[in-house]
Amino acid sequence: MSTDSTPSIDTPSAPRTLAEKVWDDHLVVKGEDGNPDLIYIDLHLVHEVTSPQAFDGLRVAGRPLRRVDLTIATEDHNTPTIGIDRPIADLTSRTQINTLRANAEEFGVRLHSLGDIEQGIVHVVGPQLGLTMPGITVVCGDSHTSTHGAFGAMAFGIGTSEVEHVMATQTLPLKPFKTMAINVEGTLREGVTAKDIILAVIAKIGTGGGQGYVLEYRGSAIRALSMDGRMTICNMSIEAGARAGMVAPDQTTFDYLQGRPHAPTGADWDEAVAYWTTLATDEGASFDAEVFIDADELEPFVTWGTNPGQGVSLSDVVPSPEQFDDPNERAAAERALQYMDLTAGTPLKEVPVDAVFMGSCTNSRIEDLRAFASIIDGKKKADGVRVMVVPGSARVRIEAEAEGLDKIITDFGAEWRFAGCSMCLGMNPDQLAPGERCASTSNRNFEGRQGKGGRTHLVSPLVAAATAIRGTLSSPSDLNGK
Amino acid sequence: MEKFTTVTGIAAPLRRSNVDTDQIIPAQFLKRVTKTGFEDALFYGWRQDPDFILNQQPYLGARVLVAGPDFGTGSSREHAVWALRDFGFSVVVSPRFGDIFRGNSGKQGLLTAQVPEEDVERIWRAIEQQPGVEMTVDLVERQLSIGELRLAFEIDDYTRWRLLEGLDDIALTLRNEEAITAFESRRAAWRPTTLPAR
Ligand code: SF4
Repeated sequence: MSTDSTPSIDTPSAPRTLAEKVWDDHLVVKGEDGNPDLIYIDLHLVHEVTSPQAFDGLRVAGRPLRRVDLTIATEDHNTPTIGIDRPIADLTSRTQINTLRANAEEFGVRLHSLGDIEQGIVHVVGPQLGLTMPGITVVCGDSHTSTHGAFGAMAFGIGTSEVEHVMATQTLPLKPFKTMAINVEGTLREGVTAKDIILAVIAKIGTGGGQGYVLEYRGSAIRALSMDGRMTICNMSIEAGARAGMVAPDQTTFDYLQGRPHAPTGADWDEAVAYWTTLATDEGASFDAEVFIDADELEPFVTWGTNPGQGVSLSDVVPSPEQFDDPNERAAAERALQYMDLTAGTPLKEVPVDAVFMGSCTNSRIEDLRAFASIIDGKKKADGVRVMVVPGSARVRIEAEAEGLDKIITDFGAEWRFAGCSMCLGMNPDQLAPGERCASTSNRNFEGRQGKGGRTHLVSPLVAAATAIRGTLSSPSDLNGK
Repeated sequence: MEKFTTVTGIAAPLRRSNVDTDQIIPAQFLKRVTKTGFEDALFYGWRQDPDFILNQQPYLGARVLVAGPDFGTGSSREHAVWALRDFGFSVVVSPRFGDIFRGNSGKQGLLTAQVPEEDVERIWRAIEQQPGVEMTVDLVERQLSIGELRLAFEIDDYTRWRLLEGLDDIALTLRNEEAITAFESRRAAWRPTTLPAR
């Protein structure tokens, strides 16, 4: 990892960050003369969109997939969330899915297909199976692979040719990332969640602020979060431009992992925990950059624009482009307001929505669904608002149903769907119509992301729930008496 | 990847500058699931015009493409290289290339030969005087010859070495096979494995 240029980096006693430790422990070959290091990959997650050409590349070159036992595939981006027993209507989607099935069969890769109990969004499935663990390296041909960093893993997204590279060699040539500490100290107020922390971080450092860095989230507010909350935060590291995000493993991490299908057992477990406990950043280790966030001050957050950095507190008004000194930011704000059809100065809580999407790899785990359900329990959704709830995996769906959450959700008037990426990117039929406005628990509010002409406000599950009740952007504290 | 030393073949003049990767291969072809078979997609828009140079004989069998400055700018799609390669090109000559395109080319055995703008003009004229004339591209000597012309071209040492050795990224990494295997033999038992499924 990048540290100062003193040769002390090789001395075991030199203080190191979490990221540096994981990096060092995966060095196959140290790059000399500015060449990249060769890094070993512990876990390769595969899905239908970025894998076909990688498999084809292996086939053309006559190369085997080196470690099928470190590879696992799921179907998520294209899968329908209703009528999952019927053939997929869209030809491109169907081709991608069928290609993955044929490739998995040919190369011997474990695949969880639509209808399988372990099927789901690749970033929900890995942790849920206990495959994602501290101190490992995880890659996937998907930028939100950063999610897995919540366990203290080094996890990052890669392109299709790198997918092929990992398949063939189980390694990647990489230049070390820089390190940035994101210190979040204090206690979150009621109704403020992990999603609000990360939206505040991105608003603070900007969508390019993390470029070239791995972010380490630290401080009392992070320690107090559950694993699901930590995953929400690490998931969106990429929206700040970072390669990866990490949280040092602690008892919360171990408790989450223990007993999961692929978690170590017996003596292996003890050995693992002993190692994992050494991973936290050493006292005195230095970061290339540091950021401080006061958790006490945070409020529920919402984006008003068309990139995840364009966010403010929900109690604020739509900002005016004149507030931005930087001419590029000002121009971006102008364009965003036009696209979003918002007027500067409008209180965000007066903005009406047409749809609410509760799902995506950012917020579709069981705790997210519980949080959402706790707000809507016994209530009815606002008239004319379409509410879609999409669990992150088939298992999450089953777990939620065992707790009766599906009943709460359908009684509320919302749609309870099968697992997948769904309206996070609208690659399947779950899309916004042109001009429709949506409060979404996903991670990208880009133009057209949820459907051509659709307008996205990124929010937490609690805000999504309150918004579904009132029909305008709202937080649970606005619900008194309703 | 095959070792690249010398290529001799028909040179096609593409009298255009700023040929971006969207022109080389439009986005509609990115949905495909293969890494080969993109020959029909190359310059798809332009090839709708029967007069386009690559629709003319003898250029249907060309191996060297000679283009104006800033070839391969724009989106990072690797498909641009696949399409050129599948059409039959082994070499693109231009005064300047898009960075990512040049990187992608070097990794996939397509030689990007950089020559000054006035030399491109001389090559174009040589071809137009004698359509179907063959060009020899000698990577060892970094030299192009076509008719009477002998021209030096530029390519960085690292990419040249890789092409000469026929090393794609994966082959390059696999030169560390011993180190990878040694690393794997030390891998702790607690680290995850996906098989057998539990
Ligand atoms: S849920 Fe959205 S962000 Fe996550 S993997 Fe799927 S498409 Fe990507």
